[in-house]
Amino acid sequence: MLPELGQILLLCALLAALLQAVLPLWGAQSQRGAWMAVARPAAFAQLALIAGAFVLLTVAFVQQDFSVRYVAENSNSLLPLAYRYSAVWGAHEGSLLLWVLVLALWGGAVAMFSGRLPDIVRARVLGVMGIISLGFIAFLFFTSNPFARLLPAPLEGRDLNPLLQDPGLIIHPPMLYIGYVGFAVPFAFAIAALLDGHVDARWLRWTRPWTNVAWGFLTLGIALGSWWAYYELGWGGWWFWDPVENASFMPWLAGAALIHSQAVTEKRGSFARWTLLLAIAAFALSLLGAFLVRSGVLTSVHSFAADPARGAFILVFLGLVVGAALLLYALRAGALSPDDPRRGFMATSRETLLLANNLLLASACAMVLLGTLYPLLADALGLGKVSVGPPYFGTLFLLLMAPLVLLLPFGPLVNWQRDQASKRLALLAPWAGLALLLGVLAWFMAPQGKLKAAAGVAAAAWVALGTARFIWTRLRGNGRFNAEMVGMLLAHTGVAVFLVGALLVEALNVQREVALSPGQRIDIGRYAVQFEGVDHQQGPNYVSDRAHVRVFAGEREIALLHPEKRAYASGGQVMTEAGIHARVQGDVYVALGEPLGNNAWAVRVHIKPFVRWVWFGALLMALGGFVTAADRRFRRFQE
Amino acid sequence: MTPVQRRRLVWVLLVLLAGGLATSLVAFALQRNIAYLYTPSEVLRGDPGPRSNFRLGGMVVKGSFQRAEGSLDAHFVVTDGDATLPVSTSRILPDMFAEGTAVVASGRLENGCFIADEVLAKHDENYVPKEVADKMGKAHIKHDVPVPAVEAP
Repeated sequence: MLPELGQILLLCALLAALLQAVLPLWGAQSQRGAWMAVARPAAFAQLALIAGAFVLLTVAFVQQDFSVRYVAENSNSLLPLAYRYSAVWGAHEGSLLLWVLVLALWGGAVAMFSGRLPDIVRARVLGVMGIISLGFIAFLFFTSNPFARLLPAPLEGRDLNPLLQDPGLIIHPPMLYIGYVGFAVPFAFAIAALLDGHVDARWLRWTRPWTNVAWGFLTLGIALGSWWAYYELGWGGWWFWDPVENASFMPWLAGAALIHSQAVTEKRGSFARWTLLLAIAAFALSLLGAFLVRSGVLTSVHSFAADPARGAFILVFLGLVVGAALLLYALRAGALSPDDPRRGFMATSRETLLLANNLLLASACAMVLLGTLYPLLADALGLGKVSVGPPYFGTLFLLLMAPLVLLLPFGPLVNWQRDQASKRLALLAPWAGLALLLGVLAWFMAPQGKLKAAAGVAAAAWVALGTARFIWTRLRGNGRFNAEMVGMLLAHTGVAVFLVGALLVEALNVQREVALSPGQRIDIGRYAVQFEGVDHQQGPNYVSDRAHVRVFAGEREIALLHPEKRAYASGGQVMTEAGIHARVQGDVYVALGEPLGNNAWAVRVHIKPFVRWVWFGALLMALGGFVTAADRRFRRFQE
Repeated sequence: MTPVQRRRLVWVLLVLLAGGLATSLVAFALQRNIAYLYTPSEVLRGDPGPRSNFRLGGMVVKGSFQRAEGSLDAHFVVTDGDATLPVSTSRILPDMFAEGTAVVASGRLENGCFIADEVLAKHDENYVPKEVADKMGKAHIKHDVPVPAVEAP
C-alpha cells in the first residue's frame, strides 16, 4: 500500500512542479501578480510531496519490503540497519529520487529566503527551478520508478553493492548532489536576469551566497569520494581522472570560476555577461555529469547500470535546457545594459587578475571536458576504441594551474581598477624568496622526486605566505575582517594545504607489490612491514580474510594493521579493505591482494607522505565557501 | 592606429597566441596519452602497428591461469573467440579477476606475449566493459559463445 502512496506523491509532485514552472513565468511575462504568487506555495508543496515519497521509500527499505523491485535489488535481510538507510540512494532510481529531493530542498530554500527580491525576479527564478524539477521528476516517474512492484515478491533481496557498504558512501552522494543541484540557483538567476534584460548588483549580491554554498558542498562531496576511493578500492590513489570523477570536477572548476567572477560583477559591475554565461555553464556541466554517470556511455569504475533509454531522456533534457538557455543568452546578452565606462580597469588591477583566474579555470574545465568526451568522439568518428590516460589530464592540469598558483597571492593585495605592478611585486618579493628557499631546502631533504618535492613545497609556501601577507596588511590597516574576506583566506589557505598533499604525495610516494609469507618482513622507505598471516572472520553479511601486519619505524613497532579481503554472502563479490596507519605527516597503507598458496599473500604496501593534506585542504576550501556565504552584507538588500 | 586600437590589437594577438598554444598543447598531450583497445585477433593481424603501448580486451580462457607458488608472476590467455594471446603480469590482480570473465589489460607486446602493467576486470558479476562487449559482439555471434549481459537484468 505504502509504495503506491509514494507513487501518487510523485505524481502530485510532478503536477506541483508543472504549476511552479508554468504559472510564475507566464505571470512574470504578462504582469499578473496572482500567477507569480503561485511560485512559493508550489515550491513548498513540491518539497513536501517529494520528501514524503523519499520517506516512504526509506520505510520500504527499513521494513525490507522485497515486493518493491528497487528494494529487492538493493537490499538483503542481512544488511545492517545503517546501510538500509543509505541503500535508498544506492542505485539509479533511489539516487535520482535523492537528486529530485535535493532540488526540491534548494527550491524550498529559495522560496523561503527570497523575500527581499522583487516579486518578478523571484517568480522567474522559482519558475526556472520548476522547469528543472519538472524534467527530473518526469524522468524519475516515467523511466525509473523506484516504487515499481516485483510480483511475486522474492523471499530474499539481492543486496546492496558491497562497494557502497561503507560509512563514507552514506554521506558522499548527498553532499555531491547538494553541490551539483545547487548550481541550479545561479542558473535560474542568470535566466531571470536575461529575461529581465539587465543585471542588477543587488540581485547578484543575493545570488552569491547560494553559489558559494553549492560550491562548498560540491567540494565536500568530491573530497569524500576521493577519500573513499583511497581507502576502499585498495589501489592507494586518491584521484584517477576517471570519467565519473571528471563529471563532478568540471562543474567544480566552473563553479570556482563563477564564485570569482560573481564577486567582480557584484562589486565592480564588470564581467556581467561572462558571469551569466558561467552560471549557465556550471549547471550545464552538472547536467552533463548526470548524463555521463547514468547513461553508461563511458567506461568507468563506478557508472550505474547502462540503459540507453535513460541516457536518451537526460540527453534530450540537457539539450532542451542548455539549448534554450544559450539561445536566450545569444538573443539577450547583447542588449544587457553595458558595463559602466567609469569602471574600466587597467592591465595591473584586481580585475585583470580575476580575469586570468577565470580564463585558467575555464581552460582547465574545457581540457577536462575534451579528455572525458574524447573516447566518445573517437568512437563516433570511427577512430577506434580509445581511452585517455591520466598523464594527459595530469600534465595539462599542472600546466594550467601553475600560473594560477603564481598569481593567487597577488589577487587580494592588488587594488581594483589600477595599481602599480612594481609596488606589489616589491611587497611580495621577500615572501617569494622565502618560499623558494623552502623549496631548495625540500630539494636537499627529499630522498626521491626532488624536483617535484621542491616545486610542491615552494608553491604551497608561496600561497600560504602570500595569504599571510594579506592578513598582515589588514591587521596593520583597520584590522577588520568581514566574513567574505575570512572565507577567501580560508579557501586560499586550503589551496596551499592541498598543494602540500597533492604534490608531496606525488613526489615522495613509495609503493611495492610483494608476495609475503607469514613472518616475512620487508623494508619500505623509513618503515618496515612484517606480515603475520591471515585468519578468518565472520561479519554480519560477509566472511573475511583478515591479515595481521606489523608496521615498524626503525626497530620500534608503531602499528598493527588489519587489511581485509571480504567476500559478501550474496553475489559473492570480493571487496578490499585497506589497513591504514594514518598520521598528519603521512600514511602507511597496506592492502591485501590475493592468496598465492602456502599461506603466502600478495600484498600492496604504500607509504603516502602528507596524503591527508589533500582532503584537509579541500575541507578548508569548502569551509571558505560556507563562511563567505554567511557574510552579513549579502543579507542587506539596499546599496 | 589610435592608442586604443593598438591596445586592442595587442589583446587580440595575445588571446590568439594563447588559444593557439593551448590547442597545440592539448592536441599534443592527447596524441601521446590515448590508449587504443584491441582484441587478440586484431593484435595478431597487426592492427596496433608500431604503437608500443595499448590495451588488450577479451575473456580469460578457462584453465589458462597459472602462477608460480608464492610469487606474484602470473600468466593467462585472453581470447576474443577468434584468436588467443598469452598475457603475463607481475601486478596484483583485481578482486573480480577470474577465468571466464572479461578483462582489459594495458601494456605492450613482447615476443608474442602481452606484458601487462595493469589489469582491470569487471567490477560486478554482471558487468562487462561496454567497449569490450562491443568489440567482442561479432566474434561471439560467430562462434555461438554465450554473450555475457552488458548490464544487470
